[in-house]
Amino acid sequence: MSDLLEIVGLEAFYGRTKALHGLDLAVREGGITALLGANGAGKSTLLRAVCGMVSLRGEIRFGGRSIAGKSTEVIARQGVAHVPEGRATFASMSVEENLRLGAHPRKDRSKLGDDFERVYAVFPALAQRRRQAAGTLSGGEQQMLAVARALLLPPRLLLLDEPSLGVAPRVVTEIFQVVKQINQQEGVSVLLVEQNARRAFELAESAYVLETGRVVASGPSAMLQQDDSIRRAYLGY
Amino acid sequence: METFLQQVVSGLAAGGIYAAFALALVMTYLATNAVNFAQGEMAMFSTFVASALIESGMPYWAAFFVTLAIAFLGGVAIERAILRPLERAPVLALTIVTIGLLTIFNSMAGWIFGYTIRTFPSPFPPSPVRLGGIVVSRHSLGSLGVTLALLALLYVFFRYTHLGLAMRAAARYPVGSRLVGIRVGWMLALGWGLAAAIGAVAGILIAPVLFLEPNMMGGILIYAFAAATLGGFTSPVGAVIGGFLVGIIENLAGTYIRFIGADLKLTVALGIIVLVLIFKPSGLFGQPHAQQL
Repeated sequence: MSDLLEIVGLEAFYGRTKALHGLDLAVREGGITALLGANGAGKSTLLRAVCGMVSLRGEIRFGGRSIAGKSTEVIARQGVAHVPEGRATFASMSVEENLRLGAHPRKDRSKLGDDFERVYAVFPALAQRRRQAAGTLSGGEQQMLAVARALLLPPRLLLLDEPSLGVAPRVVTEIFQVVKQINQQEGVSVLLVEQNARRAFELAESAYVLETGRVVASGPSAMLQQDDSIRRAYLGY
Repeated sequence: METFLQQVVSGLAAGGIYAAFALALVMTYLATNAVNFAQGEMAMFSTFVASALIESGMPYWAAFFVTLAIAFLGGVAIERAILRPLERAPVLALTIVTIGLLTIFNSMAGWIFGYTIRTFPSPFPPSPVRLGGIVVSRHSLGSLGVTLALLALLYVFFRYTHLGLAMRAAARYPVGSRLVGIRVGWMLALGWGLAAAIGAVAGILIAPVLFLEPNMMGGILIYAFAAATLGGFTSPVGAVIGGFLVGIIENLAGTYIRFIGADLKLTVALGIIVLVLIFKPSGLFGQPHAQQL
């Protein structure tokens, strides 16, 4: 299958500081790809660049069309759902309002009931709290809400930034199962940022390892996992 | 007791105007993080437009709604053309721009419509209404009714419609909103448009009492600031409640505190601002200040 997301020679900047130095990357249509590496390697910056949240140079193609330089909302409307670090849920609004906003670009908003029920079936914890303000949920529930909201877009590509951060391991397992499920059943491609390489390999069939804004290794998960030098140098186990 | 009730009712009528204005201020503040000092002058200009429409022979309520539409489009246009290019500018720059808009609208109104004081018609009959021992002008009651209807409409809009929900999200959570595909820039522009239309309603309702001239809104803007400060500048509901409270406090202070009388009422508003900022800077319903990083 072809590549849904293609990145060529990407450079990203925070002010004058260059955070990515000419990076190439591809996410296969229908695949799950992981981005690994230490803190500050540029993993989150890469996701932010895909969503037009940092200034950049280079080429980013989504579904064959260039999205480099487009605004975040336009990129989202093309089917790129980003669950950022810190989740960016609408804290003062109810779970249900968060989900309604997740479906904002859709034209068939009046027929969302079924989709909500499906989301609640996948994340029963959210169903019990549908009237509760998002800010009052636990970290794990907020992460579920962020993922659920992203799924309502509905996405062709899901960008997940450290879904395991500050979340109980049991909940991480649950979220990973959901991601795997929508990947297999609905063909949503996934680009997953994760510091915990072992967990990432459970999900992703291929991975890129980043260090200081460059790709230092990439390939199928099985291959990277077996390469002791990469594992020791970059993956920390 | 009758004097007291009388003053409370008068306070409510004036308070409705302050509430509408304070709401407009808070809406633009939430949308752009800057206080729109031109809010009053934009409303004054809209009121002149309404006056011109009525004088050209248009029926009152037709002129009313046409003016609201013009004010709305004007608000959207100002946001898109003047404030959007300053999206990343510091708040101080935005504030200065709104002060610039204030002088521009003030001078433009004087230039186009002149500085002579004009009367402005009320849609309500002049004879007062007697409620028990209290006498209220029909215009006061009518304004209060229109203001309350407006506030109710806005409440329903922001609480129950998808567009209202998206506008609230865009103002408060711009980053998250962009990620779900909300066109944040347009939502903020709509917010400006709505605020301008709300201001126009308040301007049209107060004009028969204050008379129409380019400087008519100076005082009202200070009452509205007092209302928004009292309610907490980040809370639309607080702004509305603050508006009614300021209206009542102002009237009661004018009646019962002899040296204030009718002359020093504006001082009451300034006093409220100072006291709130000293003792409860976040106001009654506002959130404590937090810096956006």
